[in-house]
Amino acid sequence: MKSPTIKNDMFVMLIFSAIILSMPIWLKPLGAGYPDLLQKFAIFGIFAVGYNILFGLTGYLSFGHAAFLGIGSYTAVWSFKLLTMNVFPALIFSVLLSGLFAMLIGFITLRRSGIYFSILTLAFAQMFYNLAYSVLTPITNGETGLQLARGDARIIDRLFSDAGEGLPSTNFFGLEMSGYSGFYVCAVLLIIAFFISQRIFHSPFGIKLRAIKSNQTRMKYTGYNTRPYLLTAFVISGMYAGLAGGLMAATDPLAGAERMQWTASGEVVLMTILGGVGTLIGPMLGVGIIKYFENIFSSLNDQALLQAYSFMPDWLANIMVTITSPFVGEGWHLTLGALFVLIVVFLPGGIMEGVSLIKKRFSKTQANTETGKS
Amino acid sequence: MRETRMSDKKNSAGWSRRDVMKAAGAFSAAGAMPMFFSRGAWAENNFANNPGKATSIKLGFNVPQTGAYADEGADELRAFKLAVKHLNGEGDGGLMNTMKPLSLKGNGVLGKKVEYVTGDTQTKSDAARASAKRMIEKDGVIMFSGGSSSGVAIAVQSLAQEMGVVFMAGLTHSNDTTGKDKRRYGFRHFFNAKMTGSALGPVLKKEMGTDRKAYHLTSDYTWGWTQEESIKETTEALGWKTVKTVRTPVGAGDFSQYITPILNSGADTLILNHYGKDMINSLTQSIQFGLKDKQVNGKNFEIIVPLYSRLMAQGAGKNLKGILGTTNWNWALKDKGSQAFVKSFGSEYGFPPSQAAHTCYVQTLLYANACEMAGTFYPPEVIKQLEGFKFDGMGNGATEYRAEDHQCFKDVLVVRGNENPTSQFDLLEIVQEVPRSQVEYDAKIFGGELGPYKV
Repeated sequence: MKSPTIKNDMFVMLIFSAIILSMPIWLKPLGAGYPDLLQKFAIFGIFAVGYNILFGLTGYLSFGHAAFLGIGSYTAVWSFKLLTMNVFPALIFSVLLSGLFAMLIGFITLRRSGIYFSILTLAFAQMFYNLAYSVLTPITNGETGLQLARGDARIIDRLFSDAGEGLPSTNFFGLEMSGYSGFYVCAVLLIIAFFISQRIFHSPFGIKLRAIKSNQTRMKYTGYNTRPYLLTAFVISGMYAGLAGGLMAATDPLAGAERMQWTASGEVVLMTILGGVGTLIGPMLGVGIIKYFENIFSSLNDQALLQAYSFMPDWLANIMVTITSPFVGEGWHLTLGALFVLIVVFLPGGIMEGVSLIKKRFSKTQANTETGKS
Repeated sequence: MRETRMSDKKNSAGWSRRDVMKAAGAFSAAGAMPMFFSRGAWAENNFANNPGKATSIKLGFNVPQTGAYADEGADELRAFKLAVKHLNGEGDGGLMNTMKPLSLKGNGVLGKKVEYVTGDTQTKSDAARASAKRMIEKDGVIMFSGGSSSGVAIAVQSLAQEMGVVFMAGLTHSNDTTGKDKRRYGFRHFFNAKMTGSALGPVLKKEMGTDRKAYHLTSDYTWGWTQEESIKETTEALGWKTVKTVRTPVGAGDFSQYITPILNSGADTLILNHYGKDMINSLTQSIQFGLKDKQVNGKNFEIIVPLYSRLMAQGAGKNLKGILGTTNWNWALKDKGSQAFVKSFGSEYGFPPSQAAHTCYVQTLLYANACEMAGTFYPPEVIKQLEGFKFDGMGNGATEYRAEDHQCFKDVLVVRGNENPTSQFDLLEIVQEVPRSQVEYDAKIFGGELGPYKV
């Protein structure tokens, strides 16, 4: 096995950072370079990268990670309400609390593997979701969602200044969390999250996780107790989800229970599979595609299509609009579904498999031409 | 295996101090990237999405296209498109022929052509805010509208305040929208649960007497809560007793588990604080369980649906016969404004508009008119024009946008499911047009603050 070198890792890190930080520039022509979507890319990137540590390395398919997203969000909003509008403590609390819950849930669910583990995590997530709507409404504010109010305590902020007119906005030591500055905060956190994930992938711990995926029984025979490793991976990915949830609340201070719905857990599974399970960059690509579809494709309507086809003669443009309109707007799920089927059938390893195929073919032709020359 | 582990160890050990420093350097350089996109200062000619010298403006229509309130959303969207047409001087002009006072000229707004973008709220606060943010940040809308869930309306209304873009609420009936969660940048033309209670009270007294036992099924979110509270207040003032109030999740689909306990509760009246498909389902199931044919405490069992709409009536079909409720507006109204709107909407789409369509259409025109009156799109000036604005000829008689809470005050309709409908749209019979004076209340009772003009 070719082991990756530090230099190689550093190179990947630098390229990755450059691509992420320059997103506002190169996503603009694609119609996705506006702050809210950029923030979503970064936040869900963190979520997917963390999820990949569990699913990609150990092969344990969790269907309940949205619960940690929700816990992170509610914790962050409560920190805004009670302590301060600075997101730093909010994020710390989000990560810690979701880590704690991950420990609890992981301790119970990791007693089983395979489909039983998936169902158990799904059950836990559904339980959290229903709790948020029923017993816990004093904490979660039910369907309306937890929101900030001008009269909130905000003990730390009150030490320095009085409540101003209107609602205060979230900040990172003075840096506003809305707009582009908010994106850069999320982006830097994503890069750090990616860096940690890369270190885990290439550490002895990562190798052990991969060994669990390839054959857990053999691993046990060699004298390893796999449970602590699994639990650690579960908690780490839960903390990533908590951080993502906290950031969601930081960029938009509102937490709703629908964040914990099983569809949200399913979404991160889709993202990971679409991009490439167990690869470092794959989940990020999945995030990009799904969020792009959700936000841009869903907003296209007949009017926009007509504009796009304006170079064609009228009759042709009208036909094209009729053909394509079921696939955009409300029909964006349809397009995404079709794409998902295509990728899973032809590239089971996700988009990253496609990338490596292209790379291989490219290097082969290059080798051929070189031999041809000599 | 051992070999792999060895090599890996070497790797992590090889992560020298120098490399760490290098990485740290890269990160801090990245963090220090200039914030060249920071928000500009707030001023008369530099506000969020100022159209400036552009020849057109954009409005955002954020409605539920999926979920329990999708029918309402679809009708709202039709109304928005019609309003844009009329603002640009196309079509028959609709309510622009009857609205008084009117500053609009039928050449767009302030001479700029009106364009629009649409979005799906999915009846979820998260999705609605994401969609609204896209409209504001990417498409550059100067006003957005839409509704059907008060939870969503309240969530996007606070976003409107944060971003400094006016939100003209569509269908939202919770007291909180213009009560404890009111915002300077949010306006509501639709009536609310408090007004429903005040309008319904006398009619209930006349038809059902003062000795009844009520059982509430309530949608578990802000609208359901406030409607339950307002109806309870009204009925208890009449002398009714409240047996029990039960909260049900939105979009539950099957309500049978909530309906069976009613049969043995001793209640003789069921109050359904449900809307959209929820109401269609819960009402249909209540009828199937035979509630309507029951006799309790020597009285006929009655069902009340405080907030009605024609779209729901269409969904519930004959189950709705004889059931009382209130609505903001109905296409059967005979005044000039209503007639003009029904004619205009009918010739465009082939069927009469719902109350949701009506309120959204009116809201769009009111915003455009306020811009025209202010002579600018600068939000604080536009807001000042809307606050306390008195108008007529929009289908509800003389109406006023109260400055203290941005709530419109106008006549409210008490309606009943038609026993003998003459057409598939003639489903609601107007029992009474309750005058505005009877539904007015003090703006202070709900608390809350509007917040600043400049954000």
